[in-house]
Amino acid sequence: MHPFSYTRVSNVREALDAGSRGGRYIAGGTTLVDLMRETVETPETIVDISALPLGDITATAGGGIRIGALVPMAVATADPKLNSLFPVAAQALRGASAQLRNMATIGGNIMQRTRCTYFRDVTADCNKREPGSGCAALGGYNRGHAILGGSDQCVAVHASDFAVALSALEASVHLQAPDGRNRRLPFADFLLRPGSTPHREQAIRQGELITSVEIPAYPRPLKSAYLKLRDRQSYSFGLASAAVALHVRGGVIREAKVAAGGVATVPWKLSAVERALVGERPSDRLWAEAARHAADGARPLQHNRFKVELLKRTVERQLRTVGEME
Amino acid sequence: MSADLSESVVPPSTESGGPSSGPSRRTVIATGVVVGGAVVAGGTFLAGSEEAAAAGASPSSRVSLTVNGTRRTVTVDNRTSLLDLLREHLDLTGSKKGCNAGACGACTVLVDGQRVNSCLTLAVRLEGAEVVTIEGLAEGDRLHPLQQAFIDEDAFQCGYCTPGQIMSGVGCIQEGHTDSPEEIREYMSGNVCRCGCYVKIVRAVEQTAARK
Repeated sequence: MHPFSYTRVSNVREALDAGSRGGRYIAGGTTLVDLMRETVETPETIVDISALPLGDITATAGGGIRIGALVPMAVATADPKLNSLFPVAAQALRGASAQLRNMATIGGNIMQRTRCTYFRDVTADCNKREPGSGCAALGGYNRGHAILGGSDQCVAVHASDFAVALSALEASVHLQAPDGRNRRLPFADFLLRPGSTPHREQAIRQGELITSVEIPAYPRPLKSAYLKLRDRQSYSFGLASAAVALHVRGGVIREAKVAAGGVATVPWKLSAVERALVGERPSDRLWAEAARHAADGARPLQHNRFKVELLKRTVERQLRTVGEME
Repeated sequence: MSADLSESVVPPSTESGGPSSGPSRRTVIATGVVVGGAVVAGGTFLAGSEEAAAAGASPSSRVSLTVNGTRRTVTVDNRTSLLDLLREHLDLTGSKKGCNAGACGACTVLVDGQRVNSCLTLAVRLEGAEVVTIEGLAEGDRLHPLQQAFIDEDAFQCGYCTPGQIMSGVGCIQEGHTDSPEEIREYMSGNVCRCGCYVKIVRAVEQTAARK
């Protein structure tokens, strides 16, 4: 680990000042400390923001919810409001171990970096870690990598489950800049596809602080749930996952919100699947037909061809599960 | 200065591997502390000259925390993890270093009552924190019920993961995630046991929770 200086801040103003001077925010630290130890991350200053008052979960008008950036994952996933309004989001926070969930925060969760082994290995070529060095995954062992949203520079999968739920539910991220200005970014614009700049992962500016994420209100009842498939039963990164939310009224699907994880460089919004569902009546045939679009545009690599079929089946199964919920 | 207040300097741990003919790392560090508390940055236990040079200029901070009921004030290299602080400096070697990356759970301790991975916890961040390790679980000669249950159920073989399993189990029981063996398995999944004692570990947690 490279040496770094450490600052603890007690309010947002102090944090933004330290952030604008190049300090790196640390909350739970579960990703940052790990990557610092691997020397993938080498911040000169870390700014401990854990004392900031960003730990509230509040219901918003009309049935949305706003989750403070410093809410621990363990608290958010157990929150009665979140479980009642958006089970899919609460469930997507249960991927990590209990220890990590006690430490890691909501803001840090959406800032977490890829688990690509080549990214984590400083002796390997990686455009995300070292722009221009190449991508060892393209010609290497790429079973876990992306079949969607990749480029000839990077095919690393985004690791967050929670981000998949946020993507499905078209959430937004509240940010505060060092000049004090607040802005709200649609979640779809927050995480960046690699393209030719894989080292840029979030549309966040130097010193900007995530203050909360907000899931908007939906017509009720909204049925939702998250399904994650992985190599072992628990505590593992996903091979394919699906976040599904459906609003059915009068026997017809009026709203369908679907995204996939574990398969793409960013949480993958399945707009074609959503379009195939809206206006239709739930049926096994419909779930299968809609899910057929889940891997549209997929470009599998040498070792992850199985993800194409896995993704379709994951989405179909979860559409049926949510569709059949009372 | 009260009797239980110790102040000393803690060097960062390094990942240097390989056999060494010299004194063990722990001996060197302990000696360094005894002889006056300078930041030990000699090449004996640092990986390479570059890192050693960097360590010489490495920022450190003073932090006061409570470990198993004893107040400790230490000056730590900012890079020091809670796990290294416990093992290498406070001589509390019950918490184990498995993966050192938050994946195995062998380092699990309680911080302010919550189970966490001490390997991913920077000691410098723990000002005012209450830490409980496996060494702080028993009350005198009386084992914590979960420690006793691990013995009764024979819930370990090599024992390396056991302190982490027990600390995690204490957290799991406190959190109330013990309604079924399936729930215990899920909420204990951050603790890996290479000997495969899971069935008995789950039983030990289940029985201890039931007795509460």
